[in-house]
Amino acid sequence: MITAKEVTVLIKQSLPDAQIDVKDLGGGDHLEVNVVSSKFSGLSLVQQHQLVYGALKNELKTETIHALALKTSTPH
Amino acid sequence: MDPNTRSRIEQLINSKSIFVFMKGNKLMPQCGFSNNVVQILNSLGMSFDTFDVLSDMEIREGIKEYSNWPTIPQVYVKGEFIGGSDILISMYNSGELKEKLEISLAS
Repeated sequence: MITAKEVTVLIKQSLPDAQIDVKDLGGGDHLEVNVVSSKFSGLSLVQQHQLVYGALKNELKTETIHALALKTSTPH
Repeated sequence: MDPNTRSRIEQLINSKSIFVFMKGNKLMPQCGFSNNVVQILNSLGMSFDTFDVLSDMEIREGIKEYSNWPTIPQVYVKGEFIGGSDILISMYNSGELKEKLEISLAS
């Protein structure tokens, strides 16, 4: 179990400018996360997701977050 | 990573132009994310092979390290990692996936 706020704080450590939207899809461990950051500019989608995954590495490894639907984009 | 596991992974991703590491198999995906990838590739009429990571803990953990990617499914095209379920959905919706696969498979 992890709160939306905790997820936001973890991602902000890697991407301070990010706008982050966290939705609980069920049970508190199936999450949908939408991240908008200028740091994604020029990166492939794989690289963008790797940045977010990196920030949540321990939570994914321990399955505190069991499933993560992730969307990344740069600000318009 | 164990060199034997690495070489098994490399053999798998080079065995077919499109190769998917997933939970379950094409006919019976064991997770919604894996199912998404199967449905997308089927709808594009693509031929692909899969490996069920639930059957093999070494490959299941090894592929995460190999791709620097913590989740399953994982899709490889001509030996290149192109992403998991979210990226496939996004590329499918933008039309980029069809284009990418057609170009990769033609070369």
